[in-house]
Amino acid sequence: MRYEYYSNVALVSSVVVYALAMFAHAAECAAARRVNVAGKSQPELVNVSAEEMRAEPSNMRPEPSPILPEPVEGRNDADLEDSPAASHRVEQFGRMGVALTIIGFLLSVAGVLMRALAADRAPWGNMFEFTITATVFVVGAYLIMLWRTGARWLGLPVTLLAAVGNGLAVTVFYVAVAPLVPALHSVWFLIHIVAAAISGAAFNVGGVMSILYLIKKRAEDRGTVRGYLERLPNSRKIDLIAYRFLAFAFPLWTFTVVAGAIWAEYAWGRYWGWDPKETWALVTWVIYACYLHARSTAGWRGTRAAVIAIIGLASFWFNFIGINLLVSGLHSYAGI
Amino acid sequence: MTAIKTRESAAESRGPTPRVELPRLGWPGGLRYLWTQLTSMRTALILLFALALAAIPGSLVPQRRVSPVRVSDFINEHPTLGPIYDKIGLFDVYSSPWFSAIYLLLFVSLIGCIVPRVGVYAKALRARPPKTPRNLTRLPAYARAEISDSDHEVLDRAAVALRRGHYRVDVYSDSVAAERGYLREAGNLVFHISLVFVLIGIAIGVLFGFRGTSVVIVGQGFSNNLTQYDDFSAGARFTEADLAPFSVTLKNFDVRFETGPVQRGAARLFRANVEVTDGPGAPPRQEVLEVNKPLQIDGTTVHLIGHGYAPKVTVKDAEGNVAFSGPVVMLPQDSNFTSLGAIKAPDARPQRLAFEAYFFPTAVLNDQGPQSIFPDALNPALFTNVWYGPPKVETGKPENVYSLDTTGLSQLKQSDGQPVRIALTVGDGVNLPDGQGSIQLDGWVRWVKLQIGDTPGVLISLIALGFAVAGLCLSLFVRPRRVWIRVRDGEAGHRVLEAGGLDRADARAGLTDDVAELAAELSRRPEKVSAT
Repeated sequence: MRYEYYSNVALVSSVVVYALAMFAHAAECAAARRVNVAGKSQPELVNVSAEEMRAEPSNMRPEPSPILPEPVEGRNDADLEDSPAASHRVEQFGRMGVALTIIGFLLSVAGVLMRALAADRAPWGNMFEFTITATVFVVGAYLIMLWRTGARWLGLPVTLLAAVGNGLAVTVFYVAVAPLVPALHSVWFLIHIVAAAISGAAFNVGGVMSILYLIKKRAEDRGTVRGYLERLPNSRKIDLIAYRFLAFAFPLWTFTVVAGAIWAEYAWGRYWGWDPKETWALVTWVIYACYLHARSTAGWRGTRAAVIAIIGLASFWFNFIGINLLVSGLHSYAGI
Repeated sequence: MTAIKTRESAAESRGPTPRVELPRLGWPGGLRYLWTQLTSMRTALILLFALALAAIPGSLVPQRRVSPVRVSDFINEHPTLGPIYDKIGLFDVYSSPWFSAIYLLLFVSLIGCIVPRVGVYAKALRARPPKTPRNLTRLPAYARAEISDSDHEVLDRAAVALRRGHYRVDVYSDSVAAERGYLREAGNLVFHISLVFVLIGIAIGVLFGFRGTSVVIVGQGFSNNLTQYDDFSAGARFTEADLAPFSVTLKNFDVRFETGPVQRGAARLFRANVEVTDGPGAPPRQEVLEVNKPLQIDGTTVHLIGHGYAPKVTVKDAEGNVAFSGPVVMLPQDSNFTSLGAIKAPDARPQRLAFEAYFFPTAVLNDQGPQSIFPDALNPALFTNVWYGPPKVETGKPENVYSLDTTGLSQLKQSDGQPVRIALTVGDGVNLPDGQGSIQLDGWVRWVKLQIGDTPGVLISLIALGFAVAGLCLSLFVRPRRVWIRVRDGEAGHRVLEAGGLDRADARAGLTDDVAELAAELSRRPEKVSAT
């Protein structure tokens, strides 16, 4: 009882802290935009698009090219020297955002762990527990990227995702601690669901990046890369990172579905019964298979592939929320 | 559709020159054309999308295979839409011709894609890395460093370093060419071939497998022959001789439900103790059957997939003779196990008797009538009405044991014309009006629903899926790369080493760093050696 209470306190706090982190990152972007406008906005723009254009065809091009430096991420930090006070503000907001994200992450991890202690089992027996676990994976992946590659530009979308995820969990999906129904008493409970949570987290990050890719690409094509968009790497690089996440998620999702089928044989006596959840897992799988094929097909790379990735994410979310709450099936574990 | 479109646009693009004699394709050409279209990546993409789309209605419209009751409810509720849905197979999406057409086309397209690629890959297996290009500076990654050792030493060192990095290496007089990542294509092929085997495994299961269910009351048994199944379905190549001659006796069945405030009434434990006899004359063995722990008996799998209540009832007829006595299996209607069934006493004389009955494991009476408020049997009660009629000739025609067909029967009424309603708790007995007989609730017992089945070929599918995931990982995570090292004259009489690299799959970072590091390492090494 005590653990459950503290777990709830930690999770609700994490929502608030993630939301604050999101505001900090939004302020960071707003401040950066001001600096850009106040500073040398014109030459900056020209400069950016020139570099973008040089960088753009670097993957498929067989023709000669000069050795390209890797695109510089923190590029505008250098440009901000004209107004040190403003650039200081940008940096301050950015750091505040990261610090808040770390606090939110720790709270969220603590919430999940105490939930596990309260329930005396792995904390993914229902929709609420699945969501808080997946959020930990999403933010964890972001923090690792931040540490390894300094991808602070991801701060805004990730904290948004985390605030919305945990926010939905504590308000809409919340259920009190309870033991599991007999169908869930299985070792596959651990394997199947943790694989689903990790691949779901990766699908979400990949999907957010595909959205960012589309926005950035459009701005690049129109020559209107400003504000937050300027802080993003070039669209080509975003596409690459999105691909890495999705390429990681796809085999794991395949495994999730297979593990689910094996478990279904033990629990329900059949490997595959076209239960709504199974059907949508397959639909999601097929859409991401489309994405991978599209990415290696001429004429489908880039924008079209990104759109497919976003459709895939929509299908994942529908499978998670729509199927759990609207359609009755064997996977009705939401408990709401 | 797409095929036609491409053909048209191809014709249009030749527009400017008027009246070009297009070569006639003829039958073989036309077929080849269709084949090329079918195996193209674009068609595969379209088919994949079509598969995803086609799978969706089955999750939103009720399906016969999952719940025939909900299908008939749907048809009753939608008198116009229902029959249309039925006609286009929306109630049996996953066995409908259009769904089958999509996945069969997809697999034909898949095979058409694999076969030529296996040939290409077989050649690539023995292929050597491409010769060193003339101008390494044109490659995406390029680095150079001055060297002090002889060309020969540097190139040897390069070959050793690259081989250690799992490159396939060719050494030339002034350069080294290396390539790695051949496993990517292998993984890709393994994945796609595995998918074909998954389908083969499923097909074997469909052809040779069988599955059926049987309701077994505690204390009774099941022996594996067709007459004992309540429902049974089998593949085209299944024969009755394939049924293993085992039998199972249900000793007892332990059920527990959540009694706490959270999720009250949710199932917490199902455990059946059973006695298994592998065949006639074999010694019986004790086994425990639980959800998630099916029994394997001689290649057949026995699952516990449902349970319910069977009230024990004794019916006496007007002459005072026992017309029926025993447990009556009733079907649960909701999560609190409100159970519905029919008690039939066809041997009652002079009139046969029948009862439509509701069994409530934890009964309460309120404004809406009797209700069950908990799934466990805490306050069991039986509510019935009574039907009677002249004895029926035994026709041997099977009838539904769970529901009462009231043709030829009249409902027993009280003197005021209201139908007789009887409420019984355990141990209660009631005499029917007009001396028609009596009914008594002796107790209750649980029953379980066993699913008995075998799906051969599933091991093939499972192994193939293992290979598929492994192949998928190889094809996504192996990054083919080509690296070339050359030594040549640099400025001021120095010899320099050039390194160039090319990634053949995107999503790999660090090519530039790796090449620079390699160049530095190859040029630096001798100093370290001489220093020691």
